[in-house]
Amino acid sequence: MYAWLWTIPALPLAGFLALALAGGRLSRRAGAAIGCGAAGLAAAIAIAIGIEFLASPPPGGAFAQQLWSWWQVGALRPGITLYLDPLSLVFTLVVTVVGFLIHIYSIGYMRGDEAYNRFFAYLNLFVGAMLMLVLGSNLVLLYLGWEGVGLCSYLLIGFWYRDPANGAAARKAFVVTRIGDTAMAIGLFLLFWQLGTLELPALLERAAGTWPVGSGLATATALLLLGGAVGKSAQLPLQTWLPDAMAGPTPVSALIHAATMVTAGVYLIARTHVIFSLAPFALWMVGIVGAVTLLLAGCSALVQTDIKRVLAYSTISQIGYMFLALGVGAWSAAVMHFMTHAFFKALLFMGAGAVILALHHEQEIGRMGGLWRRLPVTFWTFVIGGASLAALPLVTSGFYSKDWILWEAWLAGGAHRWLWAAGLAGAFLTALYTGRLVFLVFFGPERTAVSRPPGTAMRLPLVVLAALATVGGFVEIPATLGRLPLFSRFLAGTFGGGAHEQAYDAAHGAVHAAATGAAHATAHGHTAEALLQLLAVLVTLAGLGLAYWIFLRRRELSTRLATSGLGKGLSRFWLAGWGFDALYDALIVRPFVALARLNRADLFDQISRGLAGLARLAHGGLAATQTGRLALYAMGIVLGAIVAIAWMVWG
Amino acid sequence: MTSALFYIAGVVALLATLMVIRARSAAHGALYLVVSLLAVAVVFFTLGAPFIGALEIIVYAGAIMVLFVFVIMMLNVPPSRRIRAGFWLSPRAWFGPTLLALVLAAELAYILVAGLPGGAGVGVLGAPDAATGPKGVALSLFGPYMLAVELASFLLLAGLVGAYHLGYRVARGEEECA
Amino acid sequence: MSAVPIMHGLLLASALFLLGLLGVLVRRNVIFMLMSVEIMLNAAGLAFVLAGARWGQPDGQVMFIFILVMAAAEVSVGLALVLRLYHQFKSLDSESARSLRG
Repeated sequence: MYAWLWTIPALPLAGFLALALAGGRLSRRAGAAIGCGAAGLAAAIAIAIGIEFLASPPPGGAFAQQLWSWWQVGALRPGITLYLDPLSLVFTLVVTVVGFLIHIYSIGYMRGDEAYNRFFAYLNLFVGAMLMLVLGSNLVLLYLGWEGVGLCSYLLIGFWYRDPANGAAARKAFVVTRIGDTAMAIGLFLLFWQLGTLELPALLERAAGTWPVGSGLATATALLLLGGAVGKSAQLPLQTWLPDAMAGPTPVSALIHAATMVTAGVYLIARTHVIFSLAPFALWMVGIVGAVTLLLAGCSALVQTDIKRVLAYSTISQIGYMFLALGVGAWSAAVMHFMTHAFFKALLFMGAGAVILALHHEQEIGRMGGLWRRLPVTFWTFVIGGASLAALPLVTSGFYSKDWILWEAWLAGGAHRWLWAAGLAGAFLTALYTGRLVFLVFFGPERTAVSRPPGTAMRLPLVVLAALATVGGFVEIPATLGRLPLFSRFLAGTFGGGAHEQAYDAAHGAVHAAATGAAHATAHGHTAEALLQLLAVLVTLAGLGLAYWIFLRRRELSTRLATSGLGKGLSRFWLAGWGFDALYDALIVRPFVALARLNRADLFDQISRGLAGLARLAHGGLAATQTGRLALYAMGIVLGAIVAIAWMVWG
Repeated sequence: MTSALFYIAGVVALLATLMVIRARSAAHGALYLVVSLLAVAVVFFTLGAPFIGALEIIVYAGAIMVLFVFVIMMLNVPPSRRIRAGFWLSPRAWFGPTLLALVLAAELAYILVAGLPGGAGVGVLGAPDAATGPKGVALSLFGPYMLAVELASFLLLAGLVGAYHLGYRVARGEEECA
Repeated sequence: MSAVPIMHGLLLASALFLLGLLGVLVRRNVIFMLMSVEIMLNAAGLAFVLAGARWGQPDGQVMFIFILVMAAAEVSVGLALVLRLYHQFKSLDSESARSLRG
């Protein structure tokens, strides 16, 4: 079965080619069939390979499939090689399955759109590029996928290109992530220069072998890679593009800006975790970035009025959790949160899309309300997704992953406990804004009437994802609830027990065994874990309760808060994403535009203008000969004859 | 005697051609042109190309010029147009073209006098013999130049069809755009 | 028969040619332009015949026949065009068809 690995990225790419070349001539049915078929087949093959991987893992815990050698410059010889180990398997499964469900959803959501086939073409291209990213066995191939998803993000955000605002949002996303991409590229240069290879297993071994813990090179490389991850995953300071990216169609927001592309940064750090382990400072920065971002974004999500922007900031916040987990070395926890987040965030976005369409393109939550009766399926699935987001205890997958992260943060000890505190505060905020969202959208008086309830194509993925969001957490049940470390044991194949892990543990002196899934040290015991879990649960319930009180029961309380002096100032500040857009505009954009304007008439402009002027001159000259007067033409002929004869005889 | 004939006919041709391009009305011009063509025919006779001389009279002067006369008579240009052509016969209009023609003439003269490589310009014109008489021409036409004859007939056919189509609606007098 | 130097013949031909050229350049009446073209063609043919006579070969005359044929076809089509021009613009002035201006 492993031999079929190459079809997983190949099928969506083939679907893209087919739709790009012939999409204009195909019917909508054919376009949807090709698009969903490619994604569905890829998902099916991924599941089959996953089953085989679990049943009979390949030797060495990983399977590499070389397709062909790509190019060769000096010692750099990247090949198109696919690498399947537990980490990439998890990502592949999530990307293909969630991607397939979103394809199905798009059949309903994009119905009636004039560029139906183009949408599926782009979606397929995206899935193909993302799969190249996660299945690439060398960093160059990863970078190829990285750029590919960036391109698709641009194409899909600006899908409705006739509105220039969408194009501006797409450009913003592209430019901001570009900054990160450049940092990452420099990091790749550094890696190759120092270690001589970019093939992943070999690279990590060499890094562990040649770089001591805390070495400058490791730190520099890790920080550069972090820069790339920060750009793609919309973390501080490059988070400004994600809220604006909501200009794209909702399936795009669900797929790219919730479940998959924005988690590419998480994948990158998890993949190169060895380098990060060798650079404690960089790892600390990862954690800080994650913690600060999750708080910032949580506050912003609280005051947004556009339903998609709430979810966008929520995404930024949740990825902050993943970064936080990475920052304390809890790689598997981060990956699990990625998985559960993909389920419930995609679910929430698709539910939001259903609401938006049902209310005829209404996106302001202030104009929604009372929908729980009208859109039952949407309501219940949205509630399940929201519960998972808020980490409602025991019955949601979000609870298990978020709890794991918080526990790992606590375990890391020392200054990492501040990260734990941030995570806890973030949990409160998350519960608060999730509750606000659910109560304002689905309860209360009905402000806009439902005009187009979602069809089967839209509701089916919602139900499937709701199921996944519920049971997805049961693969990793903490010790306090009956140990079931299936997930961490599975990922031990990537993260576990190597020399680099032990080096990290030795450097930190913490008995950090989450990655290997071995029994937690009895030094802390289960009581601490239980207490902390209880604390987290209480915080979550408090958040939800507060939301219920001030947004549903006594609505006037929240309005009073919002219109108070402090409240107004804060909400305006948070609404604008803590002023980052204004800051970047003043600091970077305006000077750059001024510089560009100054440089308007530089040499290259002169050259092209000169060429244009030359063409105009020539045109004028030639036009003067077109007088329509026969005598002039005859004279011209004679003149030419004279010149020709003279040339022939005397030339 | 033949050479004298050549020169006299040459002078007549030149004078007649000069009158053509200076003619006031098209009918005068056409008639002067006929005279010029006849003079050139005489020149052909003196060169020992009687067949061609006859052909010049029959075809050129007798068919082509008649065609011209037909059209001129059919168009029947009113007098007012003719008067306006007066300006274009004034010295000012003649200056440029005359200059050009003189330059070209100088070039041609030089070439002719200096002689082209191979001495093609040197020599005298002889009497007709079997090779250049009508028989020789005929043998040449039906021999090596057979293909060209066929092509020439194609050309004539094309001209015929073209002229027919172009002239059809005009002949019927219909009002229509070109 | 005393011989005539070919030079004189060619001079005659070129003089006729130049006169025809002058006529094309100067006259505005399209009939006159066509007639001048005929003069030029005739002059060229004369040159051919002269050359054939000088070398004693019939090829010059053969060429003249072809030129004649070509002139005949050209005149017929040209005069048909003149008729159309007159029909369209009601004038034989070549300046009247000047709309194709740069």
